[in-house]
Amino acid sequence: MREVATLRTVLSQNVIDAAIAPPLMTARGLGCSIKGQRLVRDVDLTIRQGRRTVVLGPNGAGKSVLLRLLHGLLPASEGTVLWRGNPLGADAQDGQAMVFQRPVMLRRSVLANLNFALKVRGFRGPERARRAAQALEMAGLDHLAKRPARVLSGGEQQRLAIARALATGPDLLLLDEPTASLDPAATARIEALIGQAHASGVTIVMVTHDRGQAQRLADDVVFLQDGRLAESGPASTLLHSPRSDAVRAWLDGRLFVTTPQTQP
Amino acid sequence: MLLHRLLPIVLAAMMLAPLPATAREFILMQSTTSTQNSGLFDHLLPIFSQKTGIDVRVVAVGTGQAIRNAQNGDGDILFVHSRPSEEKFVADGYGLSRQDVMYNDFVIVGPADDPAGIAGLTDVTAALSEIATARAIFASRGDDSGTHKAELRLWSAAETDPFIGLGSWYRETGSGMGATLNIAVGMGAYALTDRATWIAFGNKRDHRIVVEGDPRLFNQYGIIVVNPEKHSAVKADLAQQFVDWVVSEDGQQAIAAYKVEGQQLFFPNAQ
Amino acid sequence: MSLVAGWDQALSEIVLLSLQVTLSAVFVSCLIGLPLGAMVGAFRFPGRRPAILIMNVLMGLPPVVVGLMVYLMLSASGPMGVLGLLYTPTAMIIAQTVLVTPIVAALSRQVVEDLHQEYSEQFTSMGVGPLQRIMALLWDARFSLLTVVLAGFGRAVAEVGAVMIVGGNINHVTRVMTTAIALETSKGDLELALALGLVLLLIALLVNLVVMTVRGTAARASYA
Repeated sequence: MREVATLRTVLSQNVIDAAIAPPLMTARGLGCSIKGQRLVRDVDLTIRQGRRTVVLGPNGAGKSVLLRLLHGLLPASEGTVLWRGNPLGADAQDGQAMVFQRPVMLRRSVLANLNFALKVRGFRGPERARRAAQALEMAGLDHLAKRPARVLSGGEQQRLAIARALATGPDLLLLDEPTASLDPAATARIEALIGQAHASGVTIVMVTHDRGQAQRLADDVVFLQDGRLAESGPASTLLHSPRSDAVRAWLDGRLFVTTPQTQP
Repeated sequence: MLLHRLLPIVLAAMMLAPLPATAREFILMQSTTSTQNSGLFDHLLPIFSQKTGIDVRVVAVGTGQAIRNAQNGDGDILFVHSRPSEEKFVADGYGLSRQDVMYNDFVIVGPADDPAGIAGLTDVTAALSEIATARAIFASRGDDSGTHKAELRLWSAAETDPFIGLGSWYRETGSGMGATLNIAVGMGAYALTDRATWIAFGNKRDHRIVVEGDPRLFNQYGIIVVNPEKHSAVKADLAQQFVDWVVSEDGQQAIAAYKVEGQQLFFPNAQ
Repeated sequence: MSLVAGWDQALSEIVLLSLQVTLSAVFVSCLIGLPLGAMVGAFRFPGRRPAILIMNVLMGLPPVVVGLMVYLMLSASGPMGVLGLLYTPTAMIIAQTVLVTPIVAALSRQVVEDLHQEYSEQFTSMGVGPLQRIMALLWDARFSLLTVVLAGFGRAVAEVGAVMIVGGNINHVTRVMTTAIALETSKGDLELALALGLVLLLIALLVNLVVMTVRGTAARASYA
C-alpha cells in the first residue's frame, strides 16, 4: 500500500512538472521526406526543460529520423522546430549533444576523445582539463584514459560517448537507442549515467524500443507510428492507460514493424 | 608514437638539407650519348676543371635533341657530330661559330654467324645492300641522332630504301646508342655505331665489328658556343674558355690520350 | 655486388641525392595532396565528381610527359626560364611533385571519404568546423595515409623518365639511382645496372620497413 501511495505522489508531481516546466524545444507540423518517402510527418511536440522524453515506436516508425530533425542533422521538409524559442538554424547543435546507437569513437585515446569535443567547443587550458577529468570520472573510465578508445568494450565506448556529449555542458542530450546492442549490466550503467545527467539538470530525449527502459527512465513519452505522432503525454498515463490503438497494440506486443508509405 | 612524430621532421630535414653546392662556376654542355658512353668526358673534363676551376655539366642526349635544347637556350655549349645540322644551327644564329674538335669512325657490328655474309667488306654501301638482299635484321637508332642521320645518308648512298623492310628486317629502336646496341645483341641484328661507343660497350657477347675502314664512315665532332644574343643566360665567356682549351694543343693531347683497352677512341683534328 | 661495393663515394652521392629528391617531392606532394584529397573526400560541392575523375586520371600521368611539361616550363625559353632551375635537383623535385601529388590526393580522398562516412554525423553534432574537420580526418586516418604516402614514394623513387629530362643525368649534380641505371644499361654494363637496381630495391625496402614499423607500433598504441 505504501508503494502505491509513493507512486501516486510521484505521478502527481510528474503531472505538475509537465504542466509548469518551460518548453525547451517545440516542433510544429514537422515532416521529412527523403527520396519520395515521407519518413516523418505532421509531428507536433514539446520538449520541456529538465524532463526526460522517451520516443517510442515500432521499427521503421521514424524515431531516429525525428531525433535527427530535432538535432538539425536532417533538414525538415515541412514544419518548424523552435529551439530555445528560435527557429533551428545553422547553430542547431549549439547547446545540444547527441549520442548515437553505435558510438563514434575517434581513433585516439579515451582522453583525447574528450579533449577533442571540448576543444571544438572552445574550452582551453585548466578548464578543459577539469571538464575532461570530470567526464572520465563520471563515466568510470579513469583507469582507461590513455587507452585507444576503439579497443574499449561496447558498454565502455557508449559511456565514453555519453560522457563526451555531457562534457561540454549541453542543455539537451539526445540519445538514439544507446543501449540497443548492450547486455543488461552495461545497460544498467548507461541508464545510471543518463539518470545522473538528468539529476544535474540536463533535458533528455531518448529513442528506445525497450518498454522496460521507457518505464524506468521516461517522464514524458512520444509514440510514433508510420512517421506520425500516435500519442504523447506523461509516461504514467501513456504507458498505463493509453488512448490510441497503436500504443495499446504495441504494449500488448502486437505491433512490431511499420513501413513508411511512399507518396508523391 | 615518438618515432612517427619524428618522421615528418626527418622528411623536412631531408628537404631543407642543402642541395649539392653550386659555389663553383660551371657551364652546361649539350652533347651526345656516344661521347658520354665512351667515357671520354670522365677523362677530359676533370683536366679542364682542375686547370680553370670551371665545372662542365654534361647533358647527354641524341644530337637532334641536343640541338633543340641548345636552341631553347638550355646549354652554353653544343658538342655533337652531325655537321650539316651544326652548320644550320650556326647559320640560324643560335651558335657563334663551329669548330672541328676530333673524329672517330662508324662501324657496322653484327653477329658472329654473319647471316648477310658481309664480314671483311670495306665498301659500306655494298654491305648495306647485302643486308637488304638477305633481309638480315638491322637495328636502326631511329631517333634523329647524329648516328641515325649518318646511317640514313649511307642507305641512300647504297641506293637502297630500308623502309621497305620496316617492321620486318629493318627495326627502329627509337633509343640511344647503348640501348640500340643492347637490342642488336639481343636480336642478333646488325647495327651502325660509332667505334668509341662500341669499344667501351660492355655487353658485346658474340657481336663483333664486321665492316670498317670505308672513308664514308668518317665521323666528325664539332663544338659550338651558344649565341648569348639569343639567350642572355648563356655563359659565353666561360664556354669560350672551354672551346679554346679543347682545340688547344693541351686539349687535343688529352683527347688523344684517352684509351680503352689500349685503343685510342677519338682522333683530335682541330685546325 | 662487388662492383657496387667498390664504388662507395659515387654510389653514396647518388643514393643520397635520390632520397633527397624523392623525399622532398613526396613531402611537398603531401602538403598539397593530403588537404586537397581530404577536402574532396569530406565536402560536397558542385564539380566534385569531375574533380575526383581528374585526380584519378592524373594518377596515370606518364613520367616522360610530366618531364616534358616541366622542361618546357623551366627551359631558358620557357615561362619560368629566368629562375635557372633546369638541370638542377630542384627541377627534379618539381617534376616528381607533379607526378606524385595526384596519387596522394586521389588515394587520400578515398581514405578520408570512408572515414568521413563514419564521423560525419558525430562531427556535425559536435559542431566541428570545416578546417577542424579536415585536420581531424587527416589525423585519424594517419595510418592508412602512411600507405598512401608510401605509394607516392614508390612511384617517385622508381621513376626515370621525368628526372632524366629535367635533371639531365649530370654527373655529381643530378644523377640519381634510376638515371644511373639507365646510363649503365646504355653503356652495356648490365651487371652494374642490375646491381644498382638491387640497391634501389633495398632502399625502397628499407624505407617501407621503417614506415611500416613505425605505423605498426604507433597504431597498436593509439587505436585498433
